[in-house]
Amino acid sequence: MIAHWLQLLGHRTLSRFSRIGKGSLFLMQCLLCLPYPLKKPQLLVRQLYSVGVQTLLIIIVAGVFIGMVLALQSYIVLVDFGAEESISLMVSLSILRELGPVFTGLLFAGRAGSALTAEIGLMKSTEQLSGMEMMAVNPMKYVIAPRFLAGIISVPLLTLIFMAVAILGGFFVATEMLGIYEGVYWSQMQAKVDFYEDLVNGIIKSAVFGFVVVWIAVFEGHDCIPTSEGLGQATTRTVVHGSLAILGLDFILTALMFNV
Amino acid sequence: MSFSRGSRKIFDNIDLDIERGKLTAIMGPSGTGKTTLLKLIGGQLKPDTGTIHVDGENVHELSQPALYELRQRTMGMLFQSGALLTDLSVYENVAFPLREHTSLPASAIHHLVLLKLDVVGLRGARNLMPAELSGGMARRVALARAISLDPEMIMYDEPFTGQDPISMGVLVKLIYDLNKALGMTSVVVSHDVNETASISDYIYVISAGKVVQHGTPVEIEHSSSDWVQQFMGGLADGPVPFHFPASPLMDDLLGESSSGVMR
Repeated sequence: MIAHWLQLLGHRTLSRFSRIGKGSLFLMQCLLCLPYPLKKPQLLVRQLYSVGVQTLLIIIVAGVFIGMVLALQSYIVLVDFGAEESISLMVSLSILRELGPVFTGLLFAGRAGSALTAEIGLMKSTEQLSGMEMMAVNPMKYVIAPRFLAGIISVPLLTLIFMAVAILGGFFVATEMLGIYEGVYWSQMQAKVDFYEDLVNGIIKSAVFGFVVVWIAVFEGHDCIPTSEGLGQATTRTVVHGSLAILGLDFILTALMFNV
Repeated sequence: MSFSRGSRKIFDNIDLDIERGKLTAIMGPSGTGKTTLLKLIGGQLKPDTGTIHVDGENVHELSQPALYELRQRTMGMLFQSGALLTDLSVYENVAFPLREHTSLPASAIHHLVLLKLDVVGLRGARNLMPAELSGGMARRVALARAISLDPEMIMYDEPFTGQDPISMGVLVKLIYDLNKALGMTSVVVSHDVNETASISDYIYVISAGKVVQHGTPVEIEHSSSDWVQQFMGGLADGPVPFHFPASPLMDDLLGESSSGVMR
C-alpha cells in the first residue's frame, strides 16, 4: 500500500516537473517569436482589441465598486479615531500597491486568460494549428506570439485604468456620501502617495502578473487534450493556476519591493 | 518505418513508395493510423525507427526552417475537418498562404485566389465565413487553399467522409482532375473503398500496423486475401468477425437468469 502511494507520488511529481519543463521550453519559443507580431501589426492590433479592449468593461465596473467599498470600509474604521480625512490615503495606497494589480490580474485571468486558452485549444482541436504548420506557417508566430504580446501590453494598461476608476469611485463615496471635502481627498493623496514606490511598483507587479497569466493561458491552450473535456480542463487550469500564481507572486513581490 | 503511441504500435516496419505524379490511395479500417501516416510524411510526427523521404529529403533530419521550406515547396494537405481559419473569410483563407509566403502585389493575389476558388467551384462564395459553409464546401475551400501555392504533392485526409453523394462526386472529380491535369502527386487516405479505388493509380491497404496488400485497383480487387476481400467488399462477417469476442450467448443468458434467481 505504502509502495503504491510512493509510486503515485513519484509519478505525479515527475509529471509536474516535466510539465514545468515543457512550459518553460514553450515560453522560450514564444519569446523568440515575439518580434513577429511587431512586423505584422494588424495581428497585434486584433489581439489587443480581443484581449485588452474587451476586458475593459469588467475592469472599469469592478474598479469603481472596489474603490467605493474601500472608501466606505475605511471611513468606518477611521472615523473612530477622527481620521476620516485620511480616507483617500487608505483608498489610494490599497489600490495602487495591492488591489489594482491583483484584482486586474485575477479579472484578466478569468475573462481574457480563459478565452485565450479556449480559443487556442479550439484551434488545436479543429486542426487549425496543424493546418498552419502544413502551410509552412509557424503557429507560434502567427497565433501564440500576438496573443502573448497583447496580454503583456494590456495588463499594465488595464491596471492603470482600474486604479484610476477605483480612486474616482472612492472619491465619489467620500465626497458625496460621507461629506469629506474634495480638496482634502486629493491633497492627502498628493502628500503621501509616492510615484515610484507606490504607482510604479504597482505597475511592475501588474506587468509580472500579466506575463505569468498570459504564459499560463497560451500554454494551456496549446498543450490541451483536443477534446471537449480536455478543453474544459485546460480552461479551468488557466483560471486556477493563473489566480494562484498572482496571489503567490504578489506576496513575494511585496516583500521584495517594500523591504519587509 | 515504425511508429508507436505509448505502448501501442501504430506502424510496425512498414515500407511504402509513393510515385511522383500518381494518385496513391492508402486504405484501411478506422483507427489503423492513416491520418498518423500523413502527419509522419508531413513531419508533424517523428517515426521511432526508419526514415521518410519526400522529394529526396529525409523529412525528420531537416531543421525547422528547412522543413517549412520543404512543406511550402512540395506539400499541400487537405484535412478531414477542412481546418479553415475560422476568423477569416473564404477569400482570406485561400489568400492566407499567398500572403505569408509570397510578396505578390494585392492584385496578383486577388486574381490567384479567384482562380483557385473557381477551380473548386466556389468563386461565388468568397465572402462567406467558414461557419456559413457546408462540410463539402469547407473541404473544397480547404482544397483551394491547399493548392494555392501549387505544391508538387497534395495529401488528402479522409476527403469523402460524411459527404452527401453530390459533394462526394464533386470531391472525387476535383481530386482526379487535379492529379491528372496538373500532375500533382496525390496521396489519398480513405476508407471509402469504391470512390477511392475508382480514381487511384495504386493502393496500399494497411491494417494492424502492417501493409496487408498493395497493387493497382484491379490487383487489389482480385486479391486472394480474405481480409482484403472483406474490406473491399464491405462484408459484415469474415476474417474480421461480426461479433466482438465473447462467451457463447446461451452461457451469458443462462448465467444472467440464474444470477437473477439467486438475487
